[in-house]
This record gives sequence, structure tokens and C-alpha cells, in this order.
Amino acid sequence: MRARVFVTLKPSVFDPQGRTIAEALHSMGYGGVEDVRQGKYFELDLATNEAAQAKALAAEVADRLLANPVIESYRIEIES
Amino acid sequence: MIDPTTLERHGLKPDEYERIVSFLGREPNLTELGIFSVMWSEHCSYKSSRVHLKTLPTRGPQVLQGPGENAGAVDIGDGLAAVFKIESHNHPSFIEPYQGAATGVGGIIRDIFTMGARPIALLNSLRFGDLDAPGTKRLLEGVVAGIAGYGNSIGIPTVGGEIAFEPCYAGNPLVNVFCLGIAKHTDIIKGVASGVGNAVYYVGAKTGRDGIHGATMASAEFDEKSAEKRPAVQVGDPFMEKLLLEACLEVMQTDALVGIQDMGAAGLTCSTTEMGSRGGAGVDIDVTLVPQRETGMTPYEIMLSESQERMLLVAKRGHEAEVERIFEKWDLHAVQIGVVTDDGFLRVKEHGTVVAEIPNRALTDEAPVYQRPMEEPAYLHEAQHLDLDALRSARASRAEELLALLESPTIGSKHWVYRQYDHMVRAGTINLPGLGAGVVRVPGTDRALALSVDGNGRYCYLDPKRGAMLAVAEAARNVACAGARPLGATNCLNFGNPEKRPIMWQFAKAVEGIGEACRALGVPITGGNVSLYNETDGNAIYPTPIIGIVGLLEHADRVVARRFRGSGDALVLLGDSGGELGGSEYLRVVHGLVRGVPPAIDLDREKRLQDVLVALADGRLVRSAHDCSDGGLAVTLAECCFDTNGIGAEVEIDPVSAGSNQAIASAAALFGESASRVLVSVSPDDVTAVLRRAAAAGVSATMIGQTGGNRIRMAIAGSTVVDVAVDVAERRWSSAIARYFARQVA
Amino acid sequence: MTFAVITFPGSNCDQDAYRAAKDVLGQQAEYIWHKDTDLKGADVVILPGGFAHGDYLRCGAMARFSPVMKSVQEFAAKGGPVLGICNGFQVLLEAGLLPGAMLRNRSLKFQCEHVHIRVEQTDTPFTMACRVGQVLRVPIAHGEGNYFAEPDVIARLEANRQVVFRYSTPDGRITDEANANGSLANIAGLCNERRNVVGLMPHPERACESILGSQDGLVLFESVMKAVAHA
Repeated sequence: MRARVFVTLKPSVFDPQGRTIAEALHSMGYGGVEDVRQGKYFELDLATNEAAQAKALAAEVADRLLANPVIESYRIEIES
Repeated sequence: MIDPTTLERHGLKPDEYERIVSFLGREPNLTELGIFSVMWSEHCSYKSSRVHLKTLPTRGPQVLQGPGENAGAVDIGDGLAAVFKIESHNHPSFIEPYQGAATGVGGIIRDIFTMGARPIALLNSLRFGDLDAPGTKRLLEGVVAGIAGYGNSIGIPTVGGEIAFEPCYAGNPLVNVFCLGIAKHTDIIKGVASGVGNAVYYVGAKTGRDGIHGATMASAEFDEKSAEKRPAVQVGDPFMEKLLLEACLEVMQTDALVGIQDMGAAGLTCSTTEMGSRGGAGVDIDVTLVPQRETGMTPYEIMLSESQERMLLVAKRGHEAEVERIFEKWDLHAVQIGVVTDDGFLRVKEHGTVVAEIPNRALTDEAPVYQRPMEEPAYLHEAQHLDLDALRSARASRAEELLALLESPTIGSKHWVYRQYDHMVRAGTINLPGLGAGVVRVPGTDRALALSVDGNGRYCYLDPKRGAMLAVAEAARNVACAGARPLGATNCLNFGNPEKRPIMWQFAKAVEGIGEACRALGVPITGGNVSLYNETDGNAIYPTPIIGIVGLLEHADRVVARRFRGSGDALVLLGDSGGELGGSEYLRVVHGLVRGVPPAIDLDREKRLQDVLVALADGRLVRSAHDCSDGGLAVTLAECCFDTNGIGAEVEIDPVSAGSNQAIASAAALFGESASRVLVSVSPDDVTAVLRRAAAAGVSATMIGQTGGNRIRMAIAGSTVVDVAVDVAERRWSSAIARYFARQVA
Repeated sequence: MTFAVITFPGSNCDQDAYRAAKDVLGQQAEYIWHKDTDLKGADVVILPGGFAHGDYLRCGAMARFSPVMKSVQEFAAKGGPVLGICNGFQVLLEAGLLPGAMLRNRSLKFQCEHVHIRVEQTDTPFTMACRVGQVLRVPIAHGEGNYFAEPDVIARLEANRQVVFRYSTPDGRITDEANANGSLANIAGLCNERRNVVGLMPHPERACESILGSQDGLVLFESVMKAVAHA
């Protein structure tokens, strides 16, 4: 089973990379892109076939390692 | 029967194919063809350059290891050796600037620690097109970020280097990286396989499909199809290399190894066959044992992969467990993939079945050697002609011209660049970047090593032999300015397509020049690299030999830097000014011209100058020293005032005769690039001693002024020609490159 | 007294810290491999700079799980002095021994240069030989030194006097221009509530010899020697 973990900076955290990307897009003519926040994406290949188990494992892994709770939050998608 | 298209894709010519057939006594299979194609590529075999490189001086009492191994080594006293080399990663850096530059750094570092030396410093020499041209900013940013990303992570300081911007490099940037390491003489280990039955180990990153045919790519020009070659660029992992570095140095301490070599260009193929060749032995390996990170890899792919951060080593009988244990400690897996044999063959197996079998010597010693035809280029004679009287009369003042030069990216401050390099890690850097040669302490001693990499493609375009001599002289002079005695040299020869006669002529002449200068200055070549085919759509770069020199400072605390140390110091110019403007930065920046002949060089005079500089530093008789190069004396003087919190200077220099135009004659005096000149600042009490020593050595020495005030004032025959505030000049100089990236915060 | 220098895979300033303690200060020093849990009776623990685990994922994110960190936590819990330098500071943050986190420098670039920091507190083992307001010239070399914490955490840090060093001008003023990397409140280093664990982004071990350009880093080591002698 595959879990997708999306880790993003909390809203209160300044994201200089996201801002720089937004500025680059604006100078490329994409005024319609108002803002950009950069995050991280992880694909976990899990041994289990059970969705609930997969989600719990992914959450534990995300809590312990993949995301830093001081500055990041995460969400999980399970793909069968 | 291999078809012509396959042959061409492998970069092999029909006559080369015939040679392969006669070596094997049969047609090669595809795997064998692949192996030949990388080993006989220009990059690995040096087939176009070998006959010329053989003429270089490579011996000397201080040389412990000359060309032929992974790096060169010179004795630096106390039973220690400086192990060093320079290498290029030009073509990959154009395709993927960050990874191309990063893996270039990774590659040269491995060449040093594979010899048993701990790397302690990095330098780099870079060339790009004009910063105003589209694409250059992106290349500069990517290359600098790549060098920083890799060097900083692995913890080796980048302490110096040079960068120049000329249109000819636009489609062919140059990324030459130099690395220095220290080893005890007794710890130096070679890349050799010997001892029948000894285990051949593979250690490091898993093998993937990246970089296949990297060697052949480096041996070909770019055209519109180059974008398709993107998969041939490797991705570096500096963390893996750090583990490998520490583990290898630890293993080497145990004396468990017969030989070790890194897998660089042509990966597993090159390392197995070269180690076998050097040891007069054969190497048998089974590719199924090679750790792989992709599935379904063929023997062809495994042998040609240029996945980074991998080493090949041969363990002494009985020491296998020890080797494996040390690598395990660092979470690395040393895997035995074969054995050393005595039949001189590279034998590649897959699941025990032989899939390739080639005599080692056919791949190395017997690789083609070409005497490529040469002829003087058609442009040369005309380009060497410079009519000073025909130069348009100056609209700007000399001061404005000086500011324009200081602000030009080639001369201007490189602070924007080296701020991104950790140049202080290892707590050994005593001359920070931008202050002249890079200087690092030799750990555990009171000594230091001064390092410089230099070259001038424009000079070589106008006269390849003289330009190359000037490059050697400049590198050695920079090292001598720091107070260090030049000991040995390495060269990176960046040229266009050697199958074109004028390019080959440039190459041969440059090598001649390097040889002559190295002999005269007593700095043998201990190794180096050749990068050919630096052309895009038929346009070649300037011939650009880059010379790296290592010098020894007996007392680290007597190091000399370029900046003034206080007001009231006397300024002494060592050497003679001839007002030569041929090929100068002034001519290019102010008049938009690349013409003339490069400055004359008297190697005997240069040697005496360098000896005097070392003696003066050792006697603590100079407070600063800076040589004259791009932009001449005026730029040198200005640079000495920078990073001093505004110490200015006032000088009076002699006029030179240069054409009939007064303004041009002034410019020649100020910006002429005559060789073998150094500006030193001296405490008033020491001036007599300095002048005496110079005279005794037969070196011209003229007191031209003193430091003080907050302006840069230069007069010729009593009339002031330059009068600018130091802070105005420094601001222009500081912004030279930074202003192109001003958008970014802080 | 003995300095323990923790070596993670990828640490590259461990030798510098070791040499500062041993060669410059004449003390005993030991390397402690990250997989070992025996701190060998050390009086001070240093987490050095570098790129532990390549800085992959986040700086210090994986190093905090090394076996040695359990011993470091115990050592700190008993009041032992712990100094985290640069990457070491990042490991302490990830391990929760110090509050907050590091973001990328606001310049988005790695920065290697000398900066000035002002000593704000002298009641920590690493600053007790300093004066409040003393300005030190020390090198930084990092790409992720932009200190962040939520406003309530910052408020608590200030109220508890846990900010130990701030980026400043050479004459000790706290300005945005002097802020090397965009850190909130110009925070260059801080301590825990108990005041025995200190982390800072600049490298004092690179400023212990005049030949290297500054000796201002020495005072942190001299402080802890004093602190251990008095303990």
C-alpha cells in the first residue's frame, strides 16, 4: 500500500522560497498566481494492505520524523 | 558485426574499430564495445594530447608522485606530502549547472583521498559568457550553488579561485576544480591491483543508470541535440562521499589495502582496468554482485555507469574482515565483486558467465595515440596587430576608466560568490578568499601551503605559447606573493576540437609554453586533466590552460596578503613596467577590442622576482604584496586599498611610450599588463632593506609612493591622472557581480 | 577537564572543536561516535557543526534519534553543560532540548562570513566569563540559520532571559542590517530554562586563534572551564 504525505509550512511561518517562486512567476507574466507556499511530498511504500493501519503508520512516521511540529503540519492520502 | 551508427554513437572511428578487432582477434560484443568506447574516449585515453603532455617536466627532488596516478604529490617536510590535482567538469556543467559542478567537486575530492590524503582545501577556476548575455546568470548561480552545496556539506573549505567572463565561453562554460590534501609519505597509496587471488571490493553508493556515456559526452561538441543528453549527468551525494572519505581514511590506517581507486569517468570499467594495468595484473569481476539501485541493469550499463561516490579497492590477503568491519561502522557496505588474476585481462561475468574479456593493456597503454595535424590559425596574424594610434580617443577620464575596470565582472569583487562557500571549516584558512592566494595551515605543524589557480584564455588566443607561460608565471607569482615557495603544479587544459588543425596547434603551443615556464620556475607538473571539444556549433572557446600551483610557507604566521595594513607605509614596485596593452582587460572593457600580443615574459626575471618575494616575506620585510595582472598597476593599487576600512594611497609612476596619443600613453602606464610586477607595501624602517635585497637579486625595485589618506591618487611625470575616493572605487568594485543579483534579500 | 565532542555521520566541524579544546585550551577531549552511549565521564558535551546525515530532510532531524542523544539528554537533565554549535544547535532544536526551529536564511543562500554577536546573558556555563553587552566577532557558515518560534514561545524566551546571543553591529546595536539571516529578534543563540544547554549558530571554535582572524570565541570555552571548576 502507498501513503502520500504532504508536509507544509504552518501559515504563520515565513516562506522565503515560496515568495521567491511567486515573484519569479509574476515576472514571467503569471499575475494570476497570487501566492506560493513550498512544501515537501513523501511517498511511503508500506507492507500492510489495510488502509487504517497504513494511515496510522504514516501518521506516526510523519509525527516522529517527516514533519517538524514547530513549523510544519501534514496531511496523508492512502492509495490502494 | 557492429553497424556504423552504433559505432558512431560510441564515438569510435572505423580505424579504431579495426584496432579493437585485431586486439581481440575477433569482433567485440556490445558490452566490450562500450568498454572500449569509454576507455578510448578522449577524456580517458588522452589520445590527442599524450604526445604533447609527454614533453612536460614532471620530475624534481620534491616530487613524490608525478602524472599517472589519481593525483600528484610533493614533499613538504616533516615526512608530509601535499597531494593535489585539478580537474574539469565542463560539459556536464553546461547541461546541468548545479549537479555538473557538484559532481566535479566530488570527483576531484575522491582523487585526493583515494591516494591516502585527507583533503584540506578546494579552489576553482570558472569561465562564463558575459554576465549581460542571456543564460549566464543562471549558469553562474547554478555552478556556484553546486560547488557550495557539495564542498560545504563534505566540510572541505573552498579557499580561493578565479572567475572570468568572456563571450567565447557562453555555450561552453569551464568548471575546473582543484583539491589539496595532506598525507604522510608512508601513507600514500596507489591505484594498483596486484596479488593473485586478492579480493576486489566495491564500496559506496549503489550503481544506477546515471551518467552512462559521460566520458564520451565530454569528448564531443555540443549541438542542438545536446539537451537530449541530460540523462548522462550524474547526481552527487556529498553525505555519502563524506562517509566514504572517513571510512577510506580509516581503512588506510590499518594497512589492509593493496590499492584503491575511485570510480570516476567510465566508472567500474576505468577503475578495474587501470588498477589492473598498473599492477601488471588482471581483474575478474561478476556484475551480479555489484550493488544496484535500479532493476534490470545489463552488464553494459553496470560497467559504464558513472554513479557517483563509489570506490574500488583491493584488500591484502587476510585483511578482508577488517575492511568490511570498518566500512560497516560507517553504514557502508564493502562488497567483494571479484578477484585479482595474473592473466592481465579485464574479465566481466554475469552470473558466472563471461560477458566481456579484454586485455587490460589494450584499454590503457595500447589506447590510440594520435599525432594530430596542426597549423597556425588564420586569424592569428591579423589579431596580433595592434595599432594604438588607431584607438579612438578617450572620452572618459583615466579615473572613469579605472572605475569601469573595477566594476567589470572579471576584475570586480567575487564576494557574492565566495560568501556562499564555507571557506573557514577545518579552522585552517589563514588567507581568506579575495586576499590573494588561498593559504591553509598544515595541521600539526607551523607551516602553511599557498594555493593559486590561474589562466588567461584571451592571452592564449593571441599567442598560445606566451599565454600559457604567463599563466604558469602568474600562478607561481601569486603563491610567492603570499610568501610561499612554489613546489609543484597541476594543469587543466581546456581547448576546442583537436581534430581541427588550428586548435591542435594552439594546444601544442600552449603545452610548449607550460613546459618552458615550469622548467624555468622549478615547478614540475605532477598531474592534471585535459578537456577537449569545448565548442558549440563550431565556435570554440579561447584556448584556456589553467595552472594550479602549490607553495610552501615555512612559517604560517609570516603569510602576506594583498591589502594594505596601515597608513604611512612605503609603496615599492618590484619589476618593470612596459605599458603593454596587447590582449589587456583595458583594451577589451574600454575599447571593446581583443587584439595585440600578450605581454612579454622573461622567465629568468620572473624566477628572481619570486625568490625575492619569498625571502622578503620570510624576513617579515613586507606588509602586503599584490601582483599586477588584469587591469595593470592601477587596478592592483586600488585592490590593495580595499577591505582596509578605507586606507588610500598616493603614487607617482614613470610614463611609458605607447603610440602618439597622450591619453593612450597614460592608459598604458596605468593599465598596461606587463608581467613580473608586484606592488609591496613596506614599513618605512624596512624600505632600505627591501631595496637592497631586490638589487642583490637583480630585481628592479622603485619606490613609487605611500599609503595614507582616503583617496587613490596616481600621477605620471608629475601630473595627476587618477584621483578617486577609496570608498567610491570600493563600492563600484564590490558591486561588480552582486548588482546582477540585487533582487535578492540581504 | 574533559570535552566530549559528538560525531554524527556527516559532522565536519568535530575536529575543529576537538582541536580547540585540546590544542588551544590544553584540555582533554574525546570523540564520541553517535552510536555509542558512553560519554566517557565528560564534563562538557559539544554537538559540533557540519551536515549530519547530509542535512537531508531537515538539519539535525535524523541525528536527534542517534543512540548518543539519549545520553546527552540524561547528561543535560542532570545539569551538565551542553553546547550546540551550528548543526549542533539544529540537533538540539530538533531533539527538543531547546525550543524553536531553523528556517532557510532569508537570503536563500549559504553565508560564510564574520559577524558580530552581543552577549545578552552571563549566567550560563558558556558565558560566565563574559560581560553583558560584550560584542564578539565570530564566523558563521550556514544556509539554515533563520531562527523561528511562535510568538508565545518568543515571549516566554524573552521573559525567561533565555536569549543568550543576538546578532549586532560591531558597537552592540541590534539592527535588522546586522541580522545575518533573518532570525526573529536577531536571535543567534539561546539556552534552555535550566540554563545549562546553550545553542548558537556562529562558530566559536573557528575564532580561538588570532591567525584565523579572531580570538573572540575563546571566551565561551574559558567560561565553561570556569563553570566546571566551580561546580
